[in-house]
Amino acid sequence: MSTRTFGARIERNIDPKLLRGEGAFVDDIPLTNPLHAAFLRSPIARARIKTIDVSAARDYPGVAAVYTCDDIGPLDMAMPLLIPHPSMKNPKTQRPLARGNVYYVGQTIAMVVAVDRYTAEDAAALIEVEYEHLPVEMDMKRALQNGAPLVHGDVPNNLAAHFIQTSGDPDAAFARAEHFTKIEVQVDRSTAAPMECRAVAARWDAVSGELTVWDGTQAPISVRGGLASIFNLDEDKVRVIAPDVGGGFGQKVLLFYPDELLVPMAAMQLGRPVKYIEDRRENFIGSSQERTQIHAIELAALKTGEVIGLRDSFLHDTGAFIPYGIAVAQVASTSIAGPYRIPNIWVEFKAVYTPTVQVTPYRGCGRPQACFAIERAMDQLAEELGIDRFEIRRRNFISEKEFPYPREGLLFADGLKVTLDSGQYGKALGMAVDALGGPKFRVEQEKARAEGKYLGLGLACYVEGTGLGPYEGGHIRIHPITGKVYVNTGLSTQGQGHDTVFAQIVADQVGVSPADVIVVEGDTKAFDWGVATFASRAAVVSGNAIHKAALTVRQKVLEAAANMLEVDIGEIDLHDSAAWIKGSNRFVPLAAIATASNPLRYAFNEAAQAATQFAPASKHDGPPLAEGQAPGIEATEYYSPSASTWAYGVHAAIIEVDPQLCTVKIQKYVCIHDCGNMINPMIVEGQVCGGIAQGIGGALYEKLEYQPDGNLANASLMDFLVPYATEIPPVSILHLETPSPLNPLGVKGVGEAGCIAVGAVVASGVEDALRPLGPIKIRHVPLTPRMISEALEQAGV
Amino acid sequence: MKRSAIRPSIPERSEDPRVEVSLTVNGHPVKRTVSVRLLLSDFLRHELGLTGTHVGCEHGVCGCCTVQIDGKAGRSCLTLAVQANGCNIRTIEDVAAENGTLHPVQQAFKECHALQCGFCTPGMVMNVLSRFEEHEPLDLSESGIRDLLSGNLCRCTGYINIIAAVRRAAELLGRA
Repeated sequence: MSTRTFGARIERNIDPKLLRGEGAFVDDIPLTNPLHAAFLRSPIARARIKTIDVSAARDYPGVAAVYTCDDIGPLDMAMPLLIPHPSMKNPKTQRPLARGNVYYVGQTIAMVVAVDRYTAEDAAALIEVEYEHLPVEMDMKRALQNGAPLVHGDVPNNLAAHFIQTSGDPDAAFARAEHFTKIEVQVDRSTAAPMECRAVAARWDAVSGELTVWDGTQAPISVRGGLASIFNLDEDKVRVIAPDVGGGFGQKVLLFYPDELLVPMAAMQLGRPVKYIEDRRENFIGSSQERTQIHAIELAALKTGEVIGLRDSFLHDTGAFIPYGIAVAQVASTSIAGPYRIPNIWVEFKAVYTPTVQVTPYRGCGRPQACFAIERAMDQLAEELGIDRFEIRRRNFISEKEFPYPREGLLFADGLKVTLDSGQYGKALGMAVDALGGPKFRVEQEKARAEGKYLGLGLACYVEGTGLGPYEGGHIRIHPITGKVYVNTGLSTQGQGHDTVFAQIVADQVGVSPADVIVVEGDTKAFDWGVATFASRAAVVSGNAIHKAALTVRQKVLEAAANMLEVDIGEIDLHDSAAWIKGSNRFVPLAAIATASNPLRYAFNEAAQAATQFAPASKHDGPPLAEGQAPGIEATEYYSPSASTWAYGVHAAIIEVDPQLCTVKIQKYVCIHDCGNMINPMIVEGQVCGGIAQGIGGALYEKLEYQPDGNLANASLMDFLVPYATEIPPVSILHLETPSPLNPLGVKGVGEAGCIAVGAVVASGVEDALRPLGPIKIRHVPLTPRMISEALEQAGV
Repeated sequence: MKRSAIRPSIPERSEDPRVEVSLTVNGHPVKRTVSVRLLLSDFLRHELGLTGTHVGCEHGVCGCCTVQIDGKAGRSCLTLAVQANGCNIRTIEDVAAENGTLHPVQQAFKECHALQCGFCTPGMVMNVLSRFEEHEPLDLSESGIRDLLSGNLCRCTGYINIIAAVRRAAELLGRA
């Protein structure tokens, strides 16, 4: 077995367990005699709390405890501001339980702990709260005006942050431009809607002084650090486990959701395990959301179509709180020029408080909005200048020889300068043209029009800064008994297949099958240095750390094997879980090498007996371990990226619009995708397909409908329309692999890629389809039938 | 809680009315006394420890909780445990062979990368399996398969690979 597994379509190690129903999600963890938490949440967007009466709830049979802000001691505080930035004047974060005021529908006011969830919910309904209703303004533009109702009384104009970034000399570019295109676009509020809602369970062991928390989080190590600080425990006494997690998409990384603090607190106070399993309605009204931005974007171009300057001023809805700082808006800012050269950029945003659930990154994190803005503007510019949409993009793409391409003055969300590192943008566009049948489509389109059918071609390009730092680690150990290879990293996985792709990285170096590489992560007792799974960073950052550790382990295996087989290192080959003398059938199994590298007194298994058949694994005099030598075959390495690495893609689609029913049907969807070297193309395609489906949701169906009073009208899967299989068209994915020059594996992130361009593709295609009916402009997604109907009416159709 | 703290007195159970239910689960007779409002999904998961059946929405939309109720795919989150009295229930734990060998439907999901986080998967498998086991004619066209899957949400895969898995399962089961 010397076939390279890196780059191969290898089936996933984790699948059999998940398919047999043997996954271990938080609510599956067996706890002895657990209690169950439920929350009373505000039914009003903005109110002063006059009184809270929990007496009936406390007296309700089966209730163990009821907590309001008065009962939670030191936890009654504003939660951490995770990413400070000077553009925020008075940043606001939420308290675990409301004190005095509520700021959105769904905010937690009280927690009930009872013998079961049914009882806890009954009791929560018995809590009486007297509210003084306060006015709200749900519209961002009006919320910024003087005299608008304030979300926070001490934040004038609801302005949470204001920030401007400049690259090049935009004023000079606008002064010499020959043509200007200015449009306003909007993307609406959405939510990740992972199939498993959030979940937390905690057990306090008063005898050992250990707190164990199972948390469906993307960031177990960070949660551990936070809990240890807040509860004043040694980090070693707090173990956070993110077991199997049913999707995350960004929503499951926040420090902290109220339950992540209050559930451990209750477990410690009550001396019993406590769990909180968020229900679907709570996921809609309590867990982070993202997306609403309104961009006013202007391009300054030459008659040739060359864009020489860009100005974009946008409003970013941050909800009632801004725990994640300006991350989403900053990513949008720095992605605004897409794959285009555009050397002169001025980009400004205002983050606005609204009385809604807080905004933190959701898959895409500002990129879908930025892509929608620049791509709609490019289409408009093409139309105004009479240049083909593909051609205008070709003329503006950063060419292959221009990489690395810096955007001086723009700082990415990691605080580092934006530098696009590699790509073949023009080639990707050409592949998209070919995949859609080239010029043949226009013939089809004409033919369809003659039959009264409206077909359009949608097109959008995107770039994605991936693999953000600061760092991740990887630990590898070859198990002395079985010879299996254990790998640890500090991440958690929510379906991305870490246990397989990381295994592939290691398998080639150590000469084992990926099935014999066992990846253990999401447990602070397994590995506790690192950050989290987000920002399309796992394969890049942990992947390269694990690769470095694998190289070290490989070297240790080769050295030990050469000693044991009494040959030069150069004569050793690693494959089939053993070290072989090249061109011979003489070998020593990995288990024996790992055993022989650990000078024990006891030979209690086959591997130990096998090891005795060979020369010692280490050649030295003196004690069994030489000075500086460690037992076993093991290594830990870290990788810290110098900068983000930029993936990209071109998406295109054939879209049919029925102007009578105002429906949109995507007939064919094509994605040309480049995330550098692919570790496992099957998993890459899975990530991209899933992203595209979420993107289609965001383009056509998924909009959180906040009412003028701040209530969310569609807080259920009945009304918030996550696509079923019936809504997703056939998708063809074609790959380019332009290695990243920034990391040893040459990889770029892929987690968020699929969703970024879809809104822009759909808008572009619908516009193209309806062109014969008049100047219909699609500048707002999700695009509902009503919006199409209104656009047609405005065009006089 | 400090070592010196005296544990608070905590009630042991709610005052919900309780009744006895007896049913068959994965071929085994089961008799339990449960709250009259206990959902079948919670009964399977927390009374019987069969946590492979997942709960994604509790309002019958996502399909994660799909089990077989008397041979038909049904939503265990919209069924009370007492309603299942006398029924024959089959869950995901009963699909693979005793030794762990995957059922052809499960095998097809694995081969086609038709799962990512795996949370919706047991419900998907129970739905697809039920359709194959009904021995009714199956429409295995692209749109027929999409229709077959239209009671289950998946947020990770974008469905394309699940559609492929249904096609592959049909091959493995000799139904293609």
